[in-house]
Amino acid sequence: MTTKALTFPRLFPRPKAEWGIWSWIGTVDHKRIGTLYGITAFIWFLIAGIEALLMRIQLSSAENTFVGPETYNQLFTMHGTTMVFLVIMPLSAAFFNWLIPLQIGARDVAFPRLNALSFWIFLIGSLLINAGWVTGDAPNGGWFGYAPNSGIDYNPGLGMTYWAIGLNLLGVASIAAGLNFIVTILNMRAPGMSMFKLPVFTWMTLITSILIVLAMPILAVAGIQLQTDRLYGTNFFNPLGGGDPVMWQHIFWLFGHPEVYILILPAMGIVSEVLPTFSRKPLFGYPFVVFAGIVIAFMGWFVWSHHMFTVGLGPAANSAFTISTMLIGVPTGIKIFNWIATMWRGNIRLNTAMLFSISFIAMFTIGGLSGIMHAAPTADAQQQDTYFIVAHFHYVLVGGSLLGIFSGIYYWWPKFTGWYLNEKLGIANWALMFIGFNIQFAPLHWVGLDGMPRRIYTYAENMGWEGTNLLASIGGFILGLGVLIFMINLVVSRIQKRVAPADPWDGRTLEWSTSSPPPPHDFDEIPQVEYRDDFWFKKYPETIAEYYGHGEHDQTVPSGAQVDDDTDEESMPVVSGGAYGHDAGEHGHDKIHLPDMSYYPIILAIGLGIFGIGFLTHWGVIIAGAPVFIWGLFGWSMEPVNDPETKTS
Amino acid sequence: MATNVTQAPPAEKYTPTEQHARIVDFEDTSTGLNSRKLLMWTFLGSDVMFFGAFIATYLVYRGRSLNGPYPSEILNIPVTSVSTFVLLMSSLAMVLGLYYVREGEKNKATLWILGVVLLGGVFIAFQVVEFRIFVIEGLTPKVNIFGTTFFILTGIHGAHVTIGVIWMAFLAHGSHTGRLRADNALDLEIAGLYWHFVDIVWIVIFTVIYLISANDGPPPGAELLHG
Repeated sequence: MTTKALTFPRLFPRPKAEWGIWSWIGTVDHKRIGTLYGITAFIWFLIAGIEALLMRIQLSSAENTFVGPETYNQLFTMHGTTMVFLVIMPLSAAFFNWLIPLQIGARDVAFPRLNALSFWIFLIGSLLINAGWVTGDAPNGGWFGYAPNSGIDYNPGLGMTYWAIGLNLLGVASIAAGLNFIVTILNMRAPGMSMFKLPVFTWMTLITSILIVLAMPILAVAGIQLQTDRLYGTNFFNPLGGGDPVMWQHIFWLFGHPEVYILILPAMGIVSEVLPTFSRKPLFGYPFVVFAGIVIAFMGWFVWSHHMFTVGLGPAANSAFTISTMLIGVPTGIKIFNWIATMWRGNIRLNTAMLFSISFIAMFTIGGLSGIMHAAPTADAQQQDTYFIVAHFHYVLVGGSLLGIFSGIYYWWPKFTGWYLNEKLGIANWALMFIGFNIQFAPLHWVGLDGMPRRIYTYAENMGWEGTNLLASIGGFILGLGVLIFMINLVVSRIQKRVAPADPWDGRTLEWSTSSPPPPHDFDEIPQVEYRDDFWFKKYPETIAEYYGHGEHDQTVPSGAQVDDDTDEESMPVVSGGAYGHDAGEHGHDKIHLPDMSYYPIILAIGLGIFGIGFLTHWGVIIAGAPVFIWGLFGWSMEPVNDPETKTS
Repeated sequence: MATNVTQAPPAEKYTPTEQHARIVDFEDTSTGLNSRKLLMWTFLGSDVMFFGAFIATYLVYRGRSLNGPYPSEILNIPVTSVSTFVLLMSSLAMVLGLYYVREGEKNKATLWILGVVLLGGVFIAFQVVEFRIFVIEGLTPKVNIFGTTFFILTGIHGAHVTIGVIWMAFLAHGSHTGRLRADNALDLEIAGLYWHFVDIVWIVIFTVIYLISANDGPPPGAELLHG
């Protein structure tokens, strides 16, 4: 047998630590990886917020000289890039990681080490994008990186190269995570949980993951083309060589519009969990919400040129993209009506999570309606590149995605930590964010329609925009204060530590059936699912007939779920080759085989990071990074998911 | 081939019928599909978009070069047809390699997997020589948009083939030493999915670059630019 066992020389033993920093570096636990995503993304959120406030200070008066045009360009570029790729996407990923295995009744994701790899690549890519702040070369070509402005001729220096390479690394991280969640949701569902019994958040995660997996490669292509243009003098966006700068816009927005739905769909999923729980009603029209999500994801591929109405694509293209853009408002509207109908005649509890969710509906509707306005090219010609557009997408991304994410934080915090967040501070947090956000962005509609251009570091005194801008800046600081209150709330609640039970909100989905916080193995016993909102109907069997009709639910129970208790291990999905112990109690993970920890994900990610630095500096660095990369790759592929000795313990 | 099977003890446990039963065995997952296989299929979907964006770039930019060398002056279709044939035959070797691994015939399996490595390597060699000749004849990624799109698209594909060749080389080694057997033939099957995909992409690239663009010369009015 010794000739059969292929071992890769280990420089240090496999991590086993349960506490301390090494337990985090070697972790493959989906909950810990979710926490890592959340903390990292929140730090980037604070940095992006500071960038935004610096811009608001600059714009608070006309002809201000607080920051110069060069710094301003870097600020709006990095604010946008950070918020999109380093805040909203990874905050969503934090929720995916934490909740998907819990919601589908699994013990981890399908590929735990790949999951860890996603996080480490994300971390290194995010550092690389921001490295420019340290070297004085922060990216300054906008988060959209339009050619030829992002090309080497008009944008010398390393800034946009950091940006392109950093985004490519983030793309690898996102695709790996997306693949992982698609397989997890399709393959690791608890027995009996058919696709239409999935919680809506899981559905939206699946749809988002599919979008990520299909859209991020296009961004990778754009990044590679921009890099080769900048580094090796190719002609992709160089008209003198036969290229075309408009091509960049097509490729970027072909990625960029699905990206918009990557940002909003997870928040829609969160809201679809929070509203039913605090209305004590099932989600109204579950199949419609799911199908609307699918339709949005599909149609999201056919609207990208509405970002390019003023490029001059001609009336045929503009008309086609107008129609598709207006049509995509329909499934979104369906969802909004579903959420409202969910609350209708519900037994509503207005706590912080619910307030954030209700604000999400209102703010997202406003942002959606202004979006319909510039779906018409004639109106868009007036609004393009003005603060009206800025107001529009902040209403959908802050008023939509971010409020949705905060709702999720308040809703699931007791599950994540085992203690509640303080409700009084929570409501203050919500009120300040909601009011500050509206004071900041509602006035920008007016100055936008008045023609105030975005991405310009200042404006003339006689334009009459000073008062409105000052108001917006004040609103920005109120919003910032709201975030500060949130951080105070984290500290205060940690000190108060009001302990939460397993099911603090009288929840509906499986994550509330396990303890708060969940044990490392998530579930002592893998649940048998019979209904949509299974946990609720098991708690309140008397409501089954009301929602399912008499006898109908019997047909929805698959035969596999009826197997008697002693033999039903056969019908359970395999996590990592282990069997599930039924009598697993507090110390049950001795019998449940969780995947072992591993250092190879972070080693592989460091190798990729060195490659990225090599592209920025010298090819010799790439050669130097190759051993690290190869070490990570081969160590990984020859390392068993579970070491044999741990299986026997 | 019982003599071969004896060298790989675990494969001995299964008769060919049992092996077949194992291959079509229902996986213990919600969909009944193996998770790693599903991961590879999903990844290939992602890779379709990656190649798709490069191929779309090539098609949009086709015939837009303002100066030579133009495709009609430089592409050597007979030579590339040979390398295309070589790559397609590697898919045949791949299928046979997987067949013999499942049958437990170790030596034949090793031979055919090595055949994949060899044929893939020959394809890469053709590509390296082709790139070299093009550069000598004056086509570089910098010289015009045809050069840019040609080298990046075929180069990215070549990188995919190279990764596949390295992967297959390790699997051939695994088959030789007896670690790749009928009961873990899935390892080879998943690599095979990747390999066939890369082949199929080449069929599209060969059609788009070599066949459709074969007669692309200067665009109308290009002579005015250069007197």
